[in-house]
Amino acid sequence: MVRFEKRPQPSRLFAYATPLLAVLATFFFGGLLFAALGKDPVVSIVTIFWEPLFGEFSFFYRPQLLIKGAPLVLIAIGLSLGFKAGIWNIGAEGQYIMGALVGAGVGLAFYPTESVLIFPLMVLAGALGGMLWAMIPALLKVRFGTNEILVSLMLVYVAEQFLASMSLGLLKNPEGFGFPGSRNLQQYPSAHNAEIIAGSGMHCGVVAALIAVIFAYVLFARHKLGFAIRVTGEAPRAARFSGVNPSRLVVFCLGASGMLAGLAGLFEVSGPAGQVTIDFNVGYGFTAIIVAFLGRLNPIGIVLAGLLMALTYIGGDIAQSQLQLPAAAIQVFQGMLLFFLLAFDLFTNYRLRFGRSEVA
Amino acid sequence: MKLTTLFASAALALGLASGAWADGHEKTKVGFVYVGPVGDGGWTFTHDQGRLAVEEEFGDAVETVFVENVAEGPDAERVMTQMALDGADLIFTTSFGYMDATNNVAAKFPDIKFEHATGYKRLHPNVSTYSARFYEGRAVQGHIAGSITESNIIGYIASFPIPEVIRGINSAYIHAKKANPDVEFKIIWVYTWFDPAKEADAATALIEQGADVILQHTDSTAPHAAAQEAGNVAAFGQASDMSAYAPYPRVSAILDLWGPYYVERTRAVIDGTWESVDTWNGIGDGMVGIGEITDAVPAEVKAEALALKASLADGSYHAFTGPLNKQDGSAWLGEGESADDGTLAGMNFYVEGITGDIPQ
Repeated sequence: MVRFEKRPQPSRLFAYATPLLAVLATFFFGGLLFAALGKDPVVSIVTIFWEPLFGEFSFFYRPQLLIKGAPLVLIAIGLSLGFKAGIWNIGAEGQYIMGALVGAGVGLAFYPTESVLIFPLMVLAGALGGMLWAMIPALLKVRFGTNEILVSLMLVYVAEQFLASMSLGLLKNPEGFGFPGSRNLQQYPSAHNAEIIAGSGMHCGVVAALIAVIFAYVLFARHKLGFAIRVTGEAPRAARFSGVNPSRLVVFCLGASGMLAGLAGLFEVSGPAGQVTIDFNVGYGFTAIIVAFLGRLNPIGIVLAGLLMALTYIGGDIAQSQLQLPAAAIQVFQGMLLFFLLAFDLFTNYRLRFGRSEVA
Repeated sequence: MKLTTLFASAALALGLASGAWADGHEKTKVGFVYVGPVGDGGWTFTHDQGRLAVEEEFGDAVETVFVENVAEGPDAERVMTQMALDGADLIFTTSFGYMDATNNVAAKFPDIKFEHATGYKRLHPNVSTYSARFYEGRAVQGHIAGSITESNIIGYIASFPIPEVIRGINSAYIHAKKANPDVEFKIIWVYTWFDPAKEADAATALIEQGADVILQHTDSTAPHAAAQEAGNVAAFGQASDMSAYAPYPRVSAILDLWGPYYVERTRAVIDGTWESVDTWNGIGDGMVGIGEITDAVPAEVKAEALALKASLADGSYHAFTGPLNKQDGSAWLGEGESADDGTLAGMNFYVEGITGDIPQ
């Protein structure tokens, strides 16, 4: 007979081994899935994971990893603050949109003036836009005890409507022949978040993501606030006894994660995407939730997880094109990653017992 | 500059490769970038039918590849670049939002031909644009709708307030009104191209407001299901035939037929006669089709509709022929005058008789 037994202490070994095991299990079962679709499983997995990093055209794909990974890492770092404290911001996608809209709006308001001050202003506006959008669920929770999961998630759909309205109305390119979408910020030098070294993929968003990682690391390792976050997540009663103000923590965690999501949106709209369009948001805010957990809510882990997710996206598209794997199979593959992560996570707190149950 | 060199050498390598094709391996590679899944039954499905038509026409002489579910923005740019690096000779990019990405990638690969659907930017000599005169199909649809409605109320599920959609509403209205002077249009904007739940809600709302014919500029069959449930409500297939709901509620359909164009352009690349063009084809050129008009439509209405279709096809009649006024009553087209393509391409007004405002 097999049963689960709660470990007296969470296993440190499993806490670190889980992501690796999850990746290996995903390789195995993903391979089975690809084989069932009539594709060579080894070739498929090599295409997804090897081709972008070391293949013939890796000079092109490696910078793309940074472009794809930066917003994921930036958002996931913010989310990890709240997640550690048991504060669930599920609406980063909406904050990402609002950051992009406010930031791009500020930039476009100055068009065609050229000034070095415009981009910093846009960055501030983007951060503010995301933060204010996250303040709605934060203040509602603090004041009326609403559920931040529901409120932040629903606000994503509100933000999407705003995005459509802005693309078709206020921010629409006056020289766009009536088509939706704003001016392309890539063609407006003062507002363009250009690559710092051409062709490297390094834009300001990548730098911001790295800075956020360092901040988060210091916060958790050295700062009292980081301690308060951890205690609140692990033992809310103890936290209250030790003088943590839960309301302030809610406001801080949602505000900070909203701000980082807003920044990610701003750097994306002013750089790689270039334009406010109806379909500007592509799900970074939701994927970042996976990234945060895959990275064990640890800043360094999140960087690795963000790059891994970026790799599956880029490699997945290559596999679609070269091997004609359906997009849905790639999505299942990505889903497996989270599934196995959560499944193996069980072993951090529980262990398997074989044989007869012992006498109590 | 380094990256440019890399791209140049990659392009050169491809050039050498194409030279090598002369000794037996002479497949022309055609890439397709899709915004949705090929199984959407609508827009992307019809483009994939076009791809299959290319495969059927040229057999072993061509190889086609596609990537589905490609988000607009940096993802699209990456996928196009990847196809170019993998040796595509011709790439069809099938969403309006791919416009800037297509031109950016085309600049890097001057020897590869790019075809962008529904856009207007041809910044490089290796970029063509193409679209279909769907409004011709709307005219036929409007005629049938106006003829068969008994409540004199026609419901219209509109996606986004862009010229393409507004043109469709105007064309359908003009011809419904001609068939039935008492006809009235009720329009609901759903701000999506494909969302069965929203489309179903919109259809139900229109039916509750008395509509007994539903026209849709969205891709799902959800409105058909709603019409079927209500009974006595007719609907039209959009993009693909949607014949699962024939003969009623689906009484006819507008068909996107990309196959002939894709075959022609592929042949031009093979023959070396490809040139940058702007194509806007209608019923006459076979890019827009009318799905079978079922027996639920009275025989004389069917005959009129087919006659209208024939006159649009041979060019003896233009769907926007005066006298026509704008919604505010100001004159637009005089007696016998027909609209020019420029006005149609940027159409941002309703014709006289339509109530309500275009959302801004």
